[in-house]
Amino acid sequence: MKKTLFDKVWDSHVVSSVSNGPDILYIDKHLIHEVTSPQAFNVLEEKNIPLFRPNQVVATADHNVPTENQHLPIQDALSRKQVTQLTKNCESHGVTLYGLGHPYQGIVHVIGPELGITQPGMTMVCGDSHTSTHGAFGTIAFGIGTSQVAQVFASQCVLVGKPKSMRVSVSGDLHPDVQPKDVILYIISKLGTDAGTGHFVEFAGSVFEQMSMEGRMTVCNMSIEMGARGGMIAPDQITFDYVSGREFAPKGHELEQKIAYWKTLPTDKGASFDTEFEFDAADIRPMITYGTNPGMGIKIGESIPELDDASFIKSLNYMGLKAGTNMLNLPISHVFIGSCTNSRIEDFRAAASYVKGKQKSPSVSALIVPGSQQVAKQIVAEGLDRIFEEAGFVLRQPGCSACLAMNDDKIPAEAYCVSTSNRNFEGRQGQGARTLLASPVTAAAAAVAGKIIDVSHPNGKI
Amino acid sequence: MEKFDILESSMVPLTVENVDTDQIIPARFLKATDRNGFGKNLFRDWRYTADNQPKADFILNNPSFSGSILVAGNNFGCGSSREHAAWALADYGFKVVISSFFADIFRGNALNNGILPIQVTPDELKQLFEVIETNPGTKAKIDLEAQQLQVIGSNISVNFELNDYKKMCLINGYDDIDYLINQKEAIEAFEQNRS
Ligand code: SF4
Repeated sequence: MKKTLFDKVWDSHVVSSVSNGPDILYIDKHLIHEVTSPQAFNVLEEKNIPLFRPNQVVATADHNVPTENQHLPIQDALSRKQVTQLTKNCESHGVTLYGLGHPYQGIVHVIGPELGITQPGMTMVCGDSHTSTHGAFGTIAFGIGTSQVAQVFASQCVLVGKPKSMRVSVSGDLHPDVQPKDVILYIISKLGTDAGTGHFVEFAGSVFEQMSMEGRMTVCNMSIEMGARGGMIAPDQITFDYVSGREFAPKGHELEQKIAYWKTLPTDKGASFDTEFEFDAADIRPMITYGTNPGMGIKIGESIPELDDASFIKSLNYMGLKAGTNMLNLPISHVFIGSCTNSRIEDFRAAASYVKGKQKSPSVSALIVPGSQQVAKQIVAEGLDRIFEEAGFVLRQPGCSACLAMNDDKIPAEAYCVSTSNRNFEGRQGQGARTLLASPVTAAAAAVAGKIIDVSHPNGKI
Repeated sequence: MEKFDILESSMVPLTVENVDTDQIIPARFLKATDRNGFGKNLFRDWRYTADNQPKADFILNNPSFSGSILVAGNNFGCGSSREHAAWALADYGFKVVISSFFADIFRGNALNNGILPIQVTPDELKQLFEVIETNPGTKAKIDLEAQQLQVIGSNISVNFELNDYKKMCLINGYDDIDYLINQKEAIEAFEQNRS
């Protein structure tokens, strides 16, 4: 039978199936962080059971850490307790931790790939919905709740029904100013936030074949925003080149063997999907969201739709925006470039190349938060730090930061923030904050102009 | 986990669509290291003003509506995987959530915490909202064994889906973790076979 990439990886990880119920799916790598793991460690202690495969668990502290003075004790008592608890739990259960101060620390979905922990054909889980990011490698990666974190601790497996399959193809040539973030925001704006429910999505077509690994990660990262459990892209030479040579990647003969296996993973010609969508790359332009779910996105310059729907109107009221108007020239006061969607080196290169030689608008606070210590180091090595600092941007230390505003990096009520993160929910970036999701270049351009501009439009290029 | 068999309760209608987990429990309340006490911050920013005054127009602050069944708009529980959302609902006292659509991770988290997510059609959801709003004390009876939801004093009756395994877990109060621990031999054999 012809199989999809998803089928191949899934089927090779099924230990057994519960009759008329879920599969027992074996998990190769389990990533954990301070916020969704403590209650799971408590379960092990309450039940007095050991952590089954500590070598397959990797921990970091990212969600709830400050992005300044990481060498000092964390000031907020509750946050400090949570991070300390993670350290203690990892020590007593033999789990490798890349905590604050470690050169490998960073956002869990940034460090997995950059350390070579993430590899094609694997199954990966983490108590975080954006685990879908790792699907860029042809990996089945999905977010789980804390009860399931405990289950993986106890058995290295999860009980989960096999999702349906969906393929989203985008072919043709992208407009030169279109970024991977625009591609995924465009797809979600067309399909809606529940189109993927119950599905695993494969992104296919020439646009993804030509995209860099970092771009693919941005796309797969947001598959959860279309409701899917995860997204995947077939591994190819770009993937193999990215993985080769990384710290925990296979080496030498083992790598050759793995690559031979990884080459068998792409979807067979003629394999069928439960659902299929196709888009033309030429239709995509830089995108921005105007509402309080990631499906509420438009091309910059397009008008906000007019819908007679209570939830839609509630959302626009929260955002302080009007149906039928467009967002061009909307004054903004905050810019956040970071999060597991867009905090890799290519994102900062793209932003810096726009910012170089310009100044941010005096009315804007612009925050740059690298996804990991390694990205932070690279920013300095390439001199991007000077470009940002000379332009008046503030460069911070790695963490989730204003993506979910658990730490002090909060956006004030009613302020507009152009953010490269993945969620524009009410209050996500701080109580009352108004988030406009966009690419790193659009965010950088907004910081410079002090308002929304279209970088793909000739007048947008100042 | 508590056993679930038959539940009879009045309902709380939350007509908003796309209720995401950040609304159910905002991130700033995720700093706890145990799973208790989240109920007081359930829907925090819809329930209270910034200076902690109850907002009169929010449904949980309306004394006409109470009960352990939450009836919510389409696509409930989208967003993050935080199980704190399910803990907050359970801690507040909800045992059932009815909607025309649930996000996958939320559905799993709810079931793992003894909360039954019942998916109805958009039409059925509309009817439910109508009867509750016309008559706030309206009760529903949920019979898990029969997989049936009945609105008492009306002709609304829905047969809902639930896979046999999850049904068995809820009825008996079993957790997935116990099931998996019992599979250890099979899991070890699987590991052996693939290496
Ligand atoms: S950056 Fe944001 S979305 Fe990504 S893991 Fe952190 S909190 Fe979650």
